[in-house]
Amino acid sequence: MTRPSAIVIGCSAGGLDALKIVLAGLHRQLSLPVLVCCHSGSATVDLLRELLARVSALPVTEAVERKPVCGGIVYLAPAGYHLLVEKTRHFALSADARVCHARPSIDVLFSSAAEVWRDGLIGVVLTGANADGAEGLLQLRRHGGCAIVQTPESATASAMPQAALDLAGADHCVSLDAIAPLLNQLCSTS
Amino acid sequence: MTTEDDDLEREDIELALFVQALQRRHGYDFSQYAQASLKRRVRQLVAQLHTGTISSLTGRVLHEPEVLPQLLEGLSVPVSDMFRDPAVFRVLREQVLPVLASYPRINIWQAGCAHGEEVYSLAILLDEAGLYERSHIFATDLSTNALQRAREGIYPAREAQQWSRNYQSAGGTRSLADYYSARYDLLKIDSRLRRNVTFAQHNLVSDKVFSETHLVLCRNVLIYFSSPLQNRCLDLFRDSLVRGGFLCLGLRESVDFAPAADDFAPLDADLRIYRRHSRPVEA
Repeated sequence: MTRPSAIVIGCSAGGLDALKIVLAGLHRQLSLPVLVCCHSGSATVDLLRELLARVSALPVTEAVERKPVCGGIVYLAPAGYHLLVEKTRHFALSADARVCHARPSIDVLFSSAAEVWRDGLIGVVLTGANADGAEGLLQLRRHGGCAIVQTPESATASAMPQAALDLAGADHCVSLDAIAPLLNQLCSTS
Repeated sequence: MTTEDDDLEREDIELALFVQALQRRHGYDFSQYAQASLKRRVRQLVAQLHTGTISSLTGRVLHEPEVLPQLLEGLSVPVSDMFRDPAVFRVLREQVLPVLASYPRINIWQAGCAHGEEVYSLAILLDEAGLYERSHIFATDLSTNALQRAREGIYPAREAQQWSRNYQSAGGTRSLADYYSARYDLLKIDSRLRRNVTFAQHNLVSDKVFSETHLVLCRNVLIYFSSPLQNRCLDLFRDSLVRGGFLCLGLRESVDFAPAADDFAPLDADLRIYRRHSRPVEA
């Protein structure tokens, strides 16, 4: 894998607590964009953004369509829309049908990002009670990206990481606490 | 270069040729659609029509004109829900319709109506405000298949529960079931809600303004367009709207970055409801 240029993270049930731990553990100097797809039943991600911003090492914002993807920022997929990335590295949104009963869907984000960043992409699948993310992680690995999956035993809901392991496998399968240090290490300049 | 890189490069060529074939053979121009979603939809058509590759799909574009309606349906606006984003319909009910009531005739344009869920939601709002008889809704879409579905107004009954909740949250005072009849696993919208609706094909890429309107609804359509095409649409909506008329976009769309932004003021910025300035903006 070449030097990483972006990180995508997917989670569902139990995702808020897991995201807090991961985002709090990232280096402040991390210079690549972090794109997050978290399923929630809410009409907006305002609350999620606020709760994450309190602990995150990096600023947290909602992704806006047609805006450029910038490094050092955590972007959240808006509620009710799939988040995609254009080849020009701008965000795009879609209101197309749900994928794996979800919109935003982790599969859609991961697949789209994999085609843009190819072997420069790191994908992380965290806790969740469905199988979204597995297909996306498979696509990510096909394009040479690096797959990290939370160990199902350390997940609040094990179905999502387990489905990802079953379909795509992983370059690293580590406990929740170890994910941020691993990301820091993979992204370090040395 | 990996095989996957090679595949992506080839697919980009195939997609460009597909778009060119649609345009040259049938006059539908998708070149200004945002690429990521367009590619996703074309891939879905490849799967749906079992053509294997985009190139084979292009072959059908060129040699089998009868496949065109299905292609346009796959490439146009996705389906919605009745009273989707209830807060939007509540503001339409409470703040927009009372203003529209001051006009003797009310024209509404829903651009990109898909299967018509939001058309009938509007019709219900108008009916409950006592405005339906003097209103006309122009519901347009690129896809003739979608328009046919919209005209029929038949939907899966499994949606009824969610739609009823949406209707109530949007300030509905009756029961949504007053507006449809349910049979087996389908629900059919009352045909009287269709009396003052015209369903017509309209292409936001190439067609012009066709009527003076007081409210334009175009939700979750612009996100699929590149900036120049978004700008074109917003110009079109402005030109169609009377001064003081209303524009309602999707919750993650905005007029902010378009040249037409100066012609609109937000009525409710969060809900993306705008109002055309009632007099020309001074330079």
